Amino acid sequence: MTLTLVFLGIIMATIIAWLVRQTVNTQPWDAADPVENQPGRGIINIDPKKLGLYSFIAVITSLFALFASAYLMRMKLGDWRPLPEPNLLWLNSAVLVLASFAFQLARNAVARGQLLTVKTGLLAGGVCTLLFLVGQLVAWQQLDAGGYFITGNPANSFFYLLTALHGLHLIGGMWVWGRTTMRVLTGADVESVRLSVELCTVYWHYLLLVWIGLFGLLLST
Amino acid sequence: MAYVAIADRDHEADHHDPTTFITKYIWSQDHKVIAIQYGITALFVGMVALILSGMMRLQLGFPDEFSFITPIDYYQFITMHGMIMVIFLLTALFLGGFGNYLIPLMIGSRDMVFPYMNMVSFWVYLVSVIVLLASFFVPGGPTGAGWTLYPPQAILPGTPGTDWGIVLMLGSLALFIVAFTMGGLNYVTTILQARARGMTMMRLPLSLWGIFMATILGLLAFPALFVSAVMMTLDKVAGTSFFMPAVMSMGQNLDHEGGSPILFQHLFWFFGHPEVYIVALPAFGLVSDLLSTHARKAIFGYRMMVWAILAIGGLSFVVWAHHMYVSGMNPYFGFFFATTTLIIAVPTAIKVYNWVLTLWRGDIHLTVPMLFAIGFIFTFTHGGLTGIFLGNVVVDLPLSDTYFVVAHFHMVMGVSPILVVFGSIYHWYPKITGRMFNETLGKWHFWLTFFGTYAIYLPMHYLGFLGVPRRYFAMGNTEFMPESAHTLNSAITISALFVGVVQLLFLYNIIVSLWKGKKAGPNPWKATTLEWQTPDTPPKHGNWGHELPEVHRWAYDYSVPGYHDDFIPQNVPADAAPATSDDGSST
Repeated sequence: MTLTLVFLGIIMATIIAWLVRQTVNTQPWDAADPVENQPGRGIINIDPKKLGLYSFIAVITSLFALFASAYLMRMKLGDWRPLPEPNLLWLNSAVLVLASFAFQLARNAVARGQLLTVKTGLLAGGVCTLLFLVGQLVAWQQLDAGGYFITGNPANSFFYLLTALHGLHLIGGMWVWGRTTMRVLTGADVESVRLSVELCTVYWHYLLLVWIGLFGLLLST
Repeated sequence: MAYVAIADRDHEADHHDPTTFITKYIWSQDHKVIAIQYGITALFVGMVALILSGMMRLQLGFPDEFSFITPIDYYQFITMHGMIMVIFLLTALFLGGFGNYLIPLMIGSRDMVFPYMNMVSFWVYLVSVIVLLASFFVPGGPTGAGWTLYPPQAILPGTPGTDWGIVLMLGSLALFIVAFTMGGLNYVTTILQARARGMTMMRLPLSLWGIFMATILGLLAFPALFVSAVMMTLDKVAGTSFFMPAVMSMGQNLDHEGGSPILFQHLFWFFGHPEVYIVALPAFGLVSDLLSTHARKAIFGYRMMVWAILAIGGLSFVVWAHHMYVSGMNPYFGFFFATTTLIIAVPTAIKVYNWVLTLWRGDIHLTVPMLFAIGFIFTFTHGGLTGIFLGNVVVDLPLSDTYFVVAHFHMVMGVSPILVVFGSIYHWYPKITGRMFNETLGKWHFWLTFFGTYAIYLPMHYLGFLGVPRRYFAMGNTEFMPESAHTLNSAITISALFVGVVQLLFLYNIIVSLWKGKKAGPNPWKATTLEWQTPDTPPKHGNWGHELPEVHRWAYDYSVPGYHDDFIPQNVPADAAPATSDDGSST
């Protein structure tokens, strides 16, 4: 559980430090009129949807950290036999990096109002993600053909479970991607999809980080 | 592009008023309707769990009398009672119910920031409840593994409901977590981003601080339950060995090998302990506001109350293994977790002192909500003190499997939060419905519930000292149990059934008062917080009419010297407190 505690410690420390900063040096009992147009102290200077996404990312971080903790704890028990990760995973990782890169391209373009690049970036990002997902399925098949079944060993079980979970999060993202791309393709104005593109980019970068973490964990053990 | 706060661009917002019956009351995106949907569903499953506890008590108080309660039924009742009460009643009611209703109203916003997601949150919660209750109707019935669902017994034959029940239970929990995450992201984002002008974090009523911190705890801790539920489902359905050791069951060697039941316990309690505070922190917050309002006095030590909530939230993640002393652990770990457990008593005690000091020399009005709030101070202190016993490893070991623990956790996280739930429902009932409840019935409800629950749980401490084991279907003719213990058990059962029946007073009161109650007016308690200052009672869609409120002061300006009224609402400007106001509304 050390890993989880470190992650959660960082998250909780950030939240609590921020809240304490909001609360010290104030005399709440003093009445004062609000400064014109000044929202309440502590409003974070980003769109609520972004804040919602960041909070959701904290939740997923907690989820994956807990899975990683369980992985490390289960690994210490005697029956753990590491499985050989298919080399295909390297290719898949590269494709996912490309997807992230494409989303970044779309994001940069959306800020500059370049519709064509936004379209290209989104389509390329989506295609790369689909390729990644297909690649993961092929990797599963290779393992299955090699006799590494889900019930064979806890290392196998964790491999299937963690990759599936990561894939499901990507598929969830693909839903938002699909809606955004449809809007762009059917002629929506760049400014109206700006936020969606930004949110997708953050989410894809984050899931790339998660994948690097998971892949590192799988490789090193 | 600079970001403009929600409160500052209210004039551009387009408020789609729902027009049809369906969008208004069923597929509603209005936080108040969703709150009531959450509340009614939670109270309904709570009633189911209450009936289950009555059945358990019948068996315990009068063993061998009721042939229709078999050992299998008994374990199923225990499991479902615990899980429903903790998760599907208390968590859902405090956060989905009170959180939904109070957050936008108390911060002066028109709704949650993601109303659609809020609606989906309720419907997924409803599905999770239906899946859970469906397990009563499947072959083998619901799971009887105990609410902690410890493997390996939870998924092995011999435990009731290992075919269907356990799978439905795990699925229902996963759905609940999805629902909670959608709601929780809403509560956090709304409190941070949608506050009215002038509503700084330090002007938030303590109710919201409690709900806010509890939501953060929930968002970070529920994934642990999700992880354990997913892995156990795979152990059960796919035959993996995450938690399952090599087991021989019914004379056969199973395919599992090498798994660790202790791993499950770590994951479960990593969620399970913060869960105690997910329930307790909103209760702390709500009760603070009830006490302050009905004692007509500012809450004592507001800043300390806020920091205590933060401290409890932070500490709640490092005490989980105190639920596992009997599982065996390195003595140094035991020492560590005993220490953190005792440290958490410090901020909690600060809160109790501050509640008592809020009452001290206050102008106490013994209204129904106030009675429940004061009752809470008693039961919570009582349950908290026994927690200090159990936090110590050497005291916990002999007491852990006895009724002492049952008494402890029912006092501290059963009765105490429920008293706050009742107090808060009575307190906000006039705002939610526009009508007053029957005060006399409410007082009867309080006194009978309060003394009734003491009659249940106080004797259980003694049973625990005697060593009467919990979880047993029947005690049989055990030598160490004197005859008096059996008598006590029967008396407890009679009290429990009595308290269960008394809750009908509450149901009758809140249902009949919908029609018969006298009109409440906008602010019957003369309270300061924003929800009492809405232009309409009950508040309409959008809450605030044309203009959002502006906040000029904290939520606790009661009995301010030099003012005619003994309260100044939060939206009254700093230099313009009303000289007189008789109808309770602000100027």
